[in-house]
Amino acid sequence: MAEIRNYTMNFGPQHPAAHGVLRLVLEMDGEVIQKADPHVGLLHRGTEKLAESKPFNQSIGYMDRLDYVSMMCNEHAYVLAIEKLLGLEPPLRAQYIRVMFDEITRILNHLLWLGAHSIDIGAMTVFLYCFREREDLMDCYEAVSGTRMHATYYRPGGVYRDLPESMPQYQYSEWRSKKDVDRLNSRRSGGLLDFIADFVKRFPACVDQYETLLTDNRIWKQRTVNIGVVSPQRAMQLGFSGPMLRGSGVEWDLRKKQPYEVYDQVDFDIPVGVNGDCYDRYLVRIEEMRQSNRIIEQCIAWLKANPGAVIIDDRKVRPPRREEMKGDMESLIHHFKLMTEGYCVPEGEVYAAVEAPKGELGVYLVSDGANKPYRLKVRAPGFAHISALDEMVRGHMLADVVAVIGTQDIVFGEIDR
Amino acid sequence: MSSDAGTSAAVATPTRIQALREAIALALPNKLVEVANHTGELTYEVKADDLLAVAAVLRDAAPLKFEMCMDVCGVDYLSHGRDEWNTQNATSSGFSRGVARGAPPAHDLAPGRRFAAVYHLQSISLNQRLRLKVFCADDDAPMVDSVTDVWAGANWFEREAFDMFGILFKGHPDLRRLLTDYGFIGHPFRKDFPLSGHVEVRYDPEKARVVYQPVTIDPRVLVPKVIRHDNRYDPQLTNAPVHTTSIAKQDAT
Repeated sequence: MAEIRNYTMNFGPQHPAAHGVLRLVLEMDGEVIQKADPHVGLLHRGTEKLAESKPFNQSIGYMDRLDYVSMMCNEHAYVLAIEKLLGLEPPLRAQYIRVMFDEITRILNHLLWLGAHSIDIGAMTVFLYCFREREDLMDCYEAVSGTRMHATYYRPGGVYRDLPESMPQYQYSEWRSKKDVDRLNSRRSGGLLDFIADFVKRFPACVDQYETLLTDNRIWKQRTVNIGVVSPQRAMQLGFSGPMLRGSGVEWDLRKKQPYEVYDQVDFDIPVGVNGDCYDRYLVRIEEMRQSNRIIEQCIAWLKANPGAVIIDDRKVRPPRREEMKGDMESLIHHFKLMTEGYCVPEGEVYAAVEAPKGELGVYLVSDGANKPYRLKVRAPGFAHISALDEMVRGHMLADVVAVIGTQDIVFGEIDR
Repeated sequence: MSSDAGTSAAVATPTRIQALREAIALALPNKLVEVANHTGELTYEVKADDLLAVAAVLRDAAPLKFEMCMDVCGVDYLSHGRDEWNTQNATSSGFSRGVARGAPPAHDLAPGRRFAAVYHLQSISLNQRLRLKVFCADDDAPMVDSVTDVWAGANWFEREAFDMFGILFKGHPDLRRLLTDYGFIGHPFRKDFPLSGHVEVRYDPEKARVVYQPVTIDPRVLVPKVIRHDNRYDPQLTNAPVHTTSIAKQDAT
């Protein structure tokens, strides 16, 4: 018999299905994977070390750039950690706003995941549909923070500002017909909450649309059923979290089990999978979008009925309003101290975790009493997932590697930090 | 911060934390030393020699059941509690002179207190969390046992801690660098490693390839690190950081 040797194949770092900059060194026997060695770190920016050199508030913007498709959830974990150390409790309205934007972020993330995952394994149309809805949610980000992605909206003690009463309008131009502009603006006649309420009403039908294309699709099932199976015990051993853990049938969601903000006040369900394969994780994430939609709906109802402050009134952590600063000496001092030095955080250490769209995103913060973090460690969910890539793809075909990378919902901003 | 679904976290926490504390005292007598912490999270310090035995008990003992190791990270305590600018008494020097440049901070830590590996454990079945801290005895070649046999998920977290801090994990199956460049020298998250690094890369048109060269930028501090004594957080005055300004005001008058 002729001698058959394994050969090594390089996948990425510039491969469209590598979700950014993943370099995979694959050891193949024919078309079957014997071993996968992910080389990560091509996007390593030293975020944690950079944060050590800056006052606490100046690093909030860095958090957006970790998992750059679920921006506000990253800020949330960081801000929660600071609040725990300072012993702050944000006003209720701020907590509802945070929950609402966390869920908007979850939908944003899952839409990108769904689009990218499906285009990776051969379904083009879903990608276009997903980005259609993402655009509306990006507009929500923009209306509330001024930017479409990197919001820097959450602050220790609350959120930067209240929800706007009016949405930006499209202008008439020679590039768009008047009819088109009117149609786009028709949803923007009210405030941000009305705009989101309109989205929430439309969105379940959109999810149905994606499901029509995929859930019973023969090709989709052939590519995902029984691919990358992880048992519940193994998933826990490997430190999985989020949909990766729930897809394996472990009923675990920090929003339910260790509720933060007002998650214990809203009504929603936790979907779990049965077989722990790519298809189950797909179903879990689809259902999560529907549940997020429910949460947003409840938040809108509460926020419409309960106006109020969105950040605590404490000049030691939050700068005074501009007009106060102009006329009041004490406010000017507070403003000056906050802008030049920041606030000092009592000595101690804290671990704050949120249920980010990809899983448990934790921030471990060590403070030595200074105005900068002494040590910041971001526990990224994707980091634990990709470390198990080797185990998940062994014995599968080369084409299934792409399905497994897709199902892990890999984003290198948070893995490499 | 653990609580059952539906119950308020604030009400449930102290009793559950206390129960866990007692269970640990029973299962692991004299192995763990609790570290005081005002945030209400349980933190224990373990001797490096005891780590593997403690980890196995924490994972398997019935009232503990920490099935998951969520995170392993290194901490370098070299400049802990040291500020860059004197805040206690007035100085005649301006900001730029107040910040020392370049020179590494003097080393006055007790031996064996510089590098720590910190483990964040979580129990799914009992819904509880725990933090373990292990200090490495040798500051020059910090070493601690690998827990990959107890929690397989610790594998890459330990690789990262090795890469960033140079902590060696004894018994790790594949202790390679993870995040830094191929051929990188040094451990960038150590406190004596400059923020701007030692080398930079650029494309050299004459050699027609990418070259490494010493960094050409000066390190600079925009906001100095200051540590201010704040009465509001003084444990002598309050048990926990109560967020009112009243205590500070009383003290001032």
